[in-house]
Amino acid sequence: MIAIAYGWPDVLVFATAAILIVVGALGVIATRHPVHAALSLIMTLFGVAVAFVAQSADFLAAVEIIVYAGAIVVLFLFVIMFLGVDRDEGTRVEPLVGQRALAALGVVITVAGLITLMARSHWVTGATSVSTAGAPLASGSGNVRQLGTAVFTTYLFAFEATAALLIIAVVGAVVLARREQRRDAEEDTPDTPDTPDTSAASSDLEGSER
Amino acid sequence: MNALLATVDPLYQHGVTWAVVLIVVIRVVAAFAVLMGSVIIMIWFERKAISDMQSRIGPQRWGPFGLLQTLADGAKLFFKEDLIPAGANRLVFKLAPYLVLVPALITFAIVPVGGTLHIAGHPVLLQVANPPVGILLMLAMSGISVYGVMLAGWASGSKYPLMSSVRASAQMISYEAALGMTIVTVILVTGSLSTHDIVTSQGQGIWHWNLIRLGIVPFVIFIIAITAELNRPPFDVVEADSELVGGFHTEYSSLRFALFYLAEFMNTITMSAMMVTLFLGGPAGWVPNVAHLRWLFPIAWFVVKTVGFAFAYVWFRAALPRFRYDQVMDLGWKRLIPLSLGWMIMVAGFLVAPAWGFAMAAAVLVAWILLTRAFELGTARERGADSPLPVVGERPLPGEVLRAWTDREAQ
Repeated sequence: MIAIAYGWPDVLVFATAAILIVVGALGVIATRHPVHAALSLIMTLFGVAVAFVAQSADFLAAVEIIVYAGAIVVLFLFVIMFLGVDRDEGTRVEPLVGQRALAALGVVITVAGLITLMARSHWVTGATSVSTAGAPLASGSGNVRQLGTAVFTTYLFAFEATAALLIIAVVGAVVLARREQRRDAEEDTPDTPDTPDTSAASSDLEGSER
Repeated sequence: MNALLATVDPLYQHGVTWAVVLIVVIRVVAAFAVLMGSVIIMIWFERKAISDMQSRIGPQRWGPFGLLQTLADGAKLFFKEDLIPAGANRLVFKLAPYLVLVPALITFAIVPVGGTLHIAGHPVLLQVANPPVGILLMLAMSGISVYGVMLAGWASGSKYPLMSSVRASAQMISYEAALGMTIVTVILVTGSLSTHDIVTSQGQGIWHWNLIRLGIVPFVIFIIAITAELNRPPFDVVEADSELVGGFHTEYSSLRFALFYLAEFMNTITMSAMMVTLFLGGPAGWVPNVAHLRWLFPIAWFVVKTVGFAFAYVWFRAALPRFRYDQVMDLGWKRLIPLSLGWMIMVAGFLVAPAWGFAMAAAVLVAWILLTRAFELGTARERGADSPLPVVGERPLPGEVLRAWTDREAQ
């Protein structure tokens, strides 16, 4: 029935993307190794990108890959690989007391909310958008232009506020990181000519060679 | 759906029939074959050219002028034992070569190789795909190939590959920023992301090439950034053999190593082609009025320009000494990124109105002075009296730093 409404190629593309997304998402929480989890996350992101392309949101698909897969998950991997987080964590001990009960409650509330939303409201479908006041988006390269116009005219304030927020975050991160580094340097005057990055790498290696 | 496809590729204008499918399949196969063939020639060309520059003979045993050397190497790698180190993460170790190879193959798909052909009444663009996001696909793929390098080094479970992959991923991510911003200048003048549009907008002669139109600066930034992105000399700190054995693929052997090798040269060719596409008008050039052969000349121009850049890469390798790692990072973050950002703002200003352009140029100049001062202050603080690092001159060599530590210990 779905195939009649949308045509076989669209259904096939959707099925592939959906399988990628769901399998990847399950992989993120089910695999034991953090690096494998990160790789599953990339798979999910690719599935989402395919779904975007199928809805002719090519620009979003490209940005999804460039920003999320190309930069953010790389950062995750950096942290996992080089800061030695890739060890099995004991899951028996609860780090924060009552955390699990609260998490379960949160899940129940979210799922219930989603189901009520789906049951009670009408979902807007089709290629309409805020940028063209309900008119359909131009297909092809035109919708990149529309997106750009919307972001840099109507929603300029929101865009620039986001940019300012990101810059504040970056500056904050740099300040925090630098302070820590300087204190380390003062505390232990190095007695061996060992650069910090090799020692970090070797200590991580001990972890990964387990 | 048809309306969408028509804006993308004229081939699909009249719907998708079996002839259209056949043409698409032929395009894909042809692009793959051309890329593989040119990799074989490129490896031979690089070895031959570099041995000429170093007063050696180079490959000469297999085939005329050693042309079949690459095939012989391939056969050798094929029959070698495929080792997986004991400390390796097996799944990721096996996955990594493909994460490098596949992006290298996909990127070539958006390169316009020639003009438009007419086959059986269908207009055919001489590129595998012309997606509306065009050049962003290249950025996305270079983002993915970072994973290959990073995971290869990590999954080997060995010290030097790990260090190499840290270097590689840091280097590739830092230079991607400068790369992206120079591409933005190109997109600004073109007004489209599609590589086909980028090429046609430069088609009216040499003064319309982005190389001239944007000023030479974006081109220079692009060639530096792309060389760093490719991890080719002089930016090959990633596989600096005097420091890191062989880099991230030290533990790889046999076909898995061959895949890395293949991807590296494939990327070199693709990025040469990309430079031609973005800055030198792609297949644009003088076309004489020869009956039935007019389609051949754009392809020839494209090949000539691409070979020029391929040669430039070999030349870089022979002529330039390798940068130190901190110099690589300095160049990327402190020089190329501010410069490309400033130039992008200037180009945007000039596109609005000349007055805005000059205003932006003045602003960029002021920002440049401020930034230079900030770098000076930063350097002074880092190397100054209260610095944790011992002062051993402007750019200390590792040996000098070592000596300074031991001297301090002796006191």
